[in-house]
Amino acid sequence: MNKKMNFVQDLLPKPKARVKEGEVGRRSFIKLLTALTAGAIAMPEKSEAFSLDEFLQKHFHQMSDEEKQKTMARLEGEYNEKYSREDFSVDDTGPQAGVKYGYALNLSKCIGCRKCTHACVDENNQHRGSEEREDQVEYIRVLEMEKGSLDVEKSVHDYTHEVPAAGKYYMPVQCHHCNDAPCVKACPVEATWQEPDGIVVVDYNWCIGCRYCAAACPYWARKFNWTAPRIPDEEVNPDTHYLGNRPRYKGVMEKCTFCINRVRKGLNPACHDICPTGSRKFGNLLDKESVVRRIIDQKRIFILKEEVGTDPSFYYFFD
Amino acid sequence: MVDYLTFVFKSVRGMFSGGVRYRGWLAFLMALMAMGGFAYYRQAVHGLGVSGMGDQVSWGLYIANFTFLVGVAAAAVMMVIPGYLYHNKEVKGGVLLGEMVAIGAIVMCLLFVVADLGRPDRMWHMIPPFGKFNFPVSMLAWDVLVLNGYLLLNLHVPGYLLYKKYKGEEPAKWLYLPFVYISIVWAISIHTVTAFLYTGLAGRPYWNAAILAPRFIASAFCAGPAFIILVLEIIKGWTRFPMGERIIGFLRGVVLIAGLINIFLLISEIFTEFYADSAHVASARYLFFGLHGHNALVPWIWTSISMNVLALLALISRKFESRGVIVRNIPLLMLIVAIWIEKGMGLIFPGFIPTPLGEIVEYMPSANEWMVSLGIWGVGLFIMSILLKHAVDIETGEVKPSAK
Repeated sequence: MNKKMNFVQDLLPKPKARVKEGEVGRRSFIKLLTALTAGAIAMPEKSEAFSLDEFLQKHFHQMSDEEKQKTMARLEGEYNEKYSREDFSVDDTGPQAGVKYGYALNLSKCIGCRKCTHACVDENNQHRGSEEREDQVEYIRVLEMEKGSLDVEKSVHDYTHEVPAAGKYYMPVQCHHCNDAPCVKACPVEATWQEPDGIVVVDYNWCIGCRYCAAACPYWARKFNWTAPRIPDEEVNPDTHYLGNRPRYKGVMEKCTFCINRVRKGLNPACHDICPTGSRKFGNLLDKESVVRRIIDQKRIFILKEEVGTDPSFYYFFD
Repeated sequence: MVDYLTFVFKSVRGMFSGGVRYRGWLAFLMALMAMGGFAYYRQAVHGLGVSGMGDQVSWGLYIANFTFLVGVAAAAVMMVIPGYLYHNKEVKGGVLLGEMVAIGAIVMCLLFVVADLGRPDRMWHMIPPFGKFNFPVSMLAWDVLVLNGYLLLNLHVPGYLLYKKYKGEEPAKWLYLPFVYISIVWAISIHTVTAFLYTGLAGRPYWNAAILAPRFIASAFCAGPAFIILVLEIIKGWTRFPMGERIIGFLRGVVLIAGLINIFLLISEIFTEFYADSAHVASARYLFFGLHGHNALVPWIWTSISMNVLALLALISRKFESRGVIVRNIPLLMLIVAIWIEKGMGLIFPGFIPTPLGEIVEYMPSANEWMVSLGIWGVGLFIMSILLKHAVDIETGEVKPSAK
C-alpha cells in the first residue's frame, strides 16, 4: 500500500470513535485538501474493475433460465479469481411447494454467547471489517435485556462480560422475514422481495444502494456495504446461492436469508445448528408436525414490535 | 429554428458575461464544484464509508440537504399563485426569478440523492422499460417522479415566457397557463411526497407522525421565500431589472405567516411527545435534551429554535424593514439557517437515534461529506446564477434579436 493511500485512510472516519463535533477543524480540512490533490494524481487501484456484463446484468426475475445459468457461471469465474479458488458454486435452487419457513427462539434458554452471530458471518460471507473502519457486517444482533422488560431501548448491545449475567436475559434479533415487509415496499427498484417460501431476499446486482429499506426496517436487519467487502481467501464459503451468501459488492444492501443456500437443500440455518443451548428452532410453518409449528401452537409465543404490523415469520417464546 | 438557435447562443453568451463581481462569483462556485468533484471521486472509489454514516445512522447530510431543498423548490409556487392567478403585475415580474431558483434547487435535490446512492452506476434500474420502477408502492419512486416532473414544468414555463419576451411577442396563454396551474399543485406535492417518504415508516416512531407533512410545507414556505427574497435583493441592488416595490414586502409577509405556523406545529409536536412521555419519545428526548449522555444534536436544535423565534419577532416588529440591505435581511438569513438545521440535525439524524433496537450511535458528517455537499451547492447556485442572469438580460433587453 502506497503512502498516498495511507494518507487518505487517515482521513476516513472510524465509526467506533466517531468524528466528534469540532474535530473537523481547519487543520483536518487543510490536510484533506492536500490529500485530495495528492489523491487525484494517483488514486488507489482499490476500486472494482468495471465490467460491462455486470453493468448490463438484468434483474433476477427478468432473466430467462438460460441467462441465469450464464450469469451464475460468470459469477463463479469472477469469485474463483477474486478469492484464488476453483471450487466456487453459485446456484439458484428454488422454493419447494408447500414450504413456508418460520423461526422460533426460546428466550428462556438463550445465554447471549453470540455464537450464532459469528457462525452467520462465516456461513454468509459477510464483510470482515475494513482496515479503515471496524465495520464487520453481522446479521444477528444479540441484545442483553433487563429482566421484566421488553423495551429494547433499555438493552445493551456491546456487553463484554461473562454470560449469562444475573438479572438479564438475551434476545438475538435478525431479519424477521415479514409477510408485509416495509423494506420490500420501500425499495424503488424492486431489488428486494419475499420469495414464495417466505424468505426476503436481495438481488445484489440490482440494488442501487439508496438505503431506504434500511430506514424502513423496524428490526434493524439490513446491513450496507459501506466499503468494498473484504473476506480473507481462506475464510470464504464457496457454496453459495444467487439470492443468498454469494460475495457482495461495495454499495449494496444485504441481510439474513435464513441461510437460503442451506435451507433450500433441507439443512437448517447456520445460527440454528451452532446454538449450544438449543434455543433456536426452525422449520416449515405449513407442516403441522414441524417443531416450529408445534411451538407456535403450544407455547406462549410473542412477536417483537407486533404494533408495527409487519406480520413476521420470526417468533419468540418463553418456556 | 434559426431564430431559436440564435436565441440560445445569445443567451448562453449572456449568461457567462458580466461584471467582475459576477464573473468572480461564478469562478468561486466553479472552485466549489471542483472541490466537490474531487471529494465525490474519493467517495466513488472508496464507497460511502468515507462519509460519517454507518448502519446505525444510514442517512445523513445528503438526505438532509435534499429534504431542505425540496422545500426551497416548492416555495417558488408562493410567487406563482398571486402572479398568474390574480394577475398581480407587481409579483409577476418576480415569478420568473422564483422559478429560476426552483430549477437550481431541484437540480441540487437530484444531485444530493445521486450522491447518496451506493451504486449510482445502476440508476438506469429505475427507468422503465429496461429497469423495474416500484411504482406506486415505493414512496421513493413517487419522489423521483414528482421531482423530475417539477423540474420539467419549471423549465418549460419560464423558458417559453423568456423566449417570447425576447422575440417581443405576446405569449400564447394555452401554451403556459395550464402548466402554471399544474405546477401549483405539483409544488405542494413534491414536499408532501418527500414528507410521506418518512411518515410512511412505522418502524421509525420519530418520523411516523402525521404532523410531518404540514410542518414540511410550513417550514418550506418560510425558508423558501426567504431565500428568494435574498435573491431578489441582490438583483434589485445590482441590476436594472424592473422589479415592483411590493414583491419583497409580500414575500416577507408569507415568510412571517409560514414561520409562525411552523412554530405552532413545533409546539404541538413537542407537547404531544413529552406530555404523554411514552416510549416513543426517545428520539425527541435525544434531540432536545440528550439521552444517556449522548447529546451531539442538543446545541444545534436550540440554536435553530432560538434563531427561528428571534427572526420571527424581528419580522413581526417590522423595525428592520426600512433599514439597510444587510440589516433588513438578517432575519431572513437566520430563518434559512434555522430551517436548514431543523431539516438535518432536527429531523433526519434523530430519526435514526436510537436505532430500532435501542442502540445509540451519534452521527456527524465527515469532512468528505461536507465537501461533496458544498460542491452540490456550488452546482445549484451556479445554475441559479446563470439562469437569473439570463432572465435579467432578457427583461432588461440586454439580449435581444439583432435589428433586421
